[in-house]
Amino acid sequence: MKPVDVIEGGVSVVERADVDTDQIIPKQFLKRVERTGFGEFLFYDWIRSGELELEPNPILVAGRNFGSGSSREHAVWAIQDFGFEAVIAPAFADIFYVNCTKNGLLPVILQEDTCRELAAAGEVRIDIDDQTVTFAGGVVRFEIDEDVKHRLLHGLDDIGITLQNEAAIGAFEAGGGADRGPVTTAL
Amino acid sequence: MPKTMFDKIWDAHEVAEGLIYVDLHLVHEVTSPQAFDGLRVERRTVRRPDKTVATADHNVPTDGTRAARMIADELSRIQVETLERNCAEFEIPIYSLGSERQGIVHVIGPELGITQPGLTIVCGDSHTSTHGAFGALAFGIGTSEVEHVLATQCLVQRRPRTMRIDYSGELGVGVTAKDLILATIGRLGVSGMVGHAVEYAGETIRGLSMENRMTICNMTIEGGGRAGMIAPDDTTFQWVAGRPGAPEDFEAAVAAWRELPTDEGAEFDTEVEVDGAAISPMVTWGTNPGMVAQVTDAVPDPAGWGEGPADRDAAVRALAYMALDPGTPMTDIPLDRVFIGSCTNSRIQDLREAASIVDGRRVADSVRAMVVPGSQQVKAEAEEEGLDDVFRSAGFEWRTAGCSMCLGMNPDILDEGERCASTSNRNFEGRQGRGGRTHLVSPRMAAAAAIEGRFVDIRTWA
Repeated sequence: MKPVDVIEGGVSVVERADVDTDQIIPKQFLKRVERTGFGEFLFYDWIRSGELELEPNPILVAGRNFGSGSSREHAVWAIQDFGFEAVIAPAFADIFYVNCTKNGLLPVILQEDTCRELAAAGEVRIDIDDQTVTFAGGVVRFEIDEDVKHRLLHGLDDIGITLQNEAAIGAFEAGGGADRGPVTTAL
Repeated sequence: MPKTMFDKIWDAHEVAEGLIYVDLHLVHEVTSPQAFDGLRVERRTVRRPDKTVATADHNVPTDGTRAARMIADELSRIQVETLERNCAEFEIPIYSLGSERQGIVHVIGPELGITQPGLTIVCGDSHTSTHGAFGALAFGIGTSEVEHVLATQCLVQRRPRTMRIDYSGELGVGVTAKDLILATIGRLGVSGMVGHAVEYAGETIRGLSMENRMTICNMTIEGGGRAGMIAPDDTTFQWVAGRPGAPEDFEAAVAAWRELPTDEGAEFDTEVEVDGAAISPMVTWGTNPGMVAQVTDAVPDPAGWGEGPADRDAAVRALAYMALDPGTPMTDIPLDRVFIGSCTNSRIQDLREAASIVDGRRVADSVRAMVVPGSQQVKAEAEEEGLDDVFRSAGFEWRTAGCSMCLGMNPDILDEGERCASTSNRNFEGRQGRGGRTHLVSPRMAAAAAIEGRFVDIRTWA
């Protein structure tokens, strides 16, 4: 994963609440077995029908509960592949938020009013290290889990970190913690 | 200190702070290929294939296609064949097309008896919350997390907040679990449960079958919830008993499971109370599951809907997409299609209830109706009981198992502008086919709607 650094530039706006991942990347494009090439299908139906115009910019400002519905990580891949490096919204759906952090797409939660001001300002600078968003209207701070921030800043591989805990996992299994549940290979 | 059921399961699975051990990992063809690729790139293995199981469901045609290589759509065929190859390479058991155990991943887990109380269960699919009906902690994950679980059998997780929704009273005649969860989401909104593990509790819930409980937990994600759960009881234990995956020492397992329910006095971050007896049959009118009304109501006026301009705008857009006018009685909405199926409502009880409605009647001439059993086993059981004949004689198509028209990744889709009464879980724009219009309802309501060609109040319909 590429480390997340300062993200600076223009914003594109999707000013709607509860945008679900079916809109972000419709199901007919989930059949690919690669992680790349989804950008051209981003918001496919809305862009094709002309009800949404989306400039390629580093920052996407969206409405509350962005990324609801299906767990498809393809939604994050499509947003990144289109060129976005950060998404700012008043609230995100849980799975989508996690998917962002696993791919180095920076999710930033700010108040609804602030999101509107950012959209109007058009230019934004996000500094993950000091957790600030700077725009013509001022500087605002955003919250992000310390551990998530650390991994994003350094572009760390989650699996690699967990495997450093190999001994703890092994001990958990040896101590009977993994004895619950079925043996699927014996069915 | 008294603990919630969620706390008990979480605490028993914490390998290290924020690192949760996974007891059962379910895999399907759409969200896994990139994860397996990731393993290969890093030369990693699957840590516990014996805690992993796969099936093909999203892409499969429901026309009786017997093998992956026979799938006509090239991309779908590649995806299912890729899953089969990946499972062979990493030694993961798989029930693909042609297997008598194939079916929707959230139907076959409980059916095989591998969904059990007290487990942590994950799958690259948001409807994994279904399995919480057994008193398990079950939730959907993304593809990066699928790869993480394959490699480590663990998941990095922030502890969610807890919510309890307490239902009192008995559901009315003709009112089902589907109506209960739609009414709940209608009240709390599609982000009302975000960040929470939700426990559905109370006398209404205790009186429900496992199929009903699964329908409720299944749609937790439509309220934004991380996981939905219901305390295990004798109804749960009877379901698991005798199934292929049931624990060998069943009595010992049951004794442990009886310790799982939330302790008296345990505290939740959020508590909600719902009068179960007051719930009516529900029908969605908009483009998310929170846009829902009682069947006796009319399509709402966006001006008075929701809490503020964002909701109002969404309602205006939704009505435009759905081609509905405010004030139209829900029972005046004419239908083109009826779909009975999906991980929400495709189990044997769902099919029995729908069959009891259509028995001896005919689907309206204007309607094309289909029934898609959730698994090959549900299909076999239904055929044993003669339900397929009931549906076919009424004019329904009787299909083979898969996700089918819930999400239109296979040949079962709506045409542009078609209006469908569907027992599935999402009425998003284009979900069942580009330009298709979806109304979510219970199996009984869908069955009656197929007969009449419009929605009816199942309580007074004869």
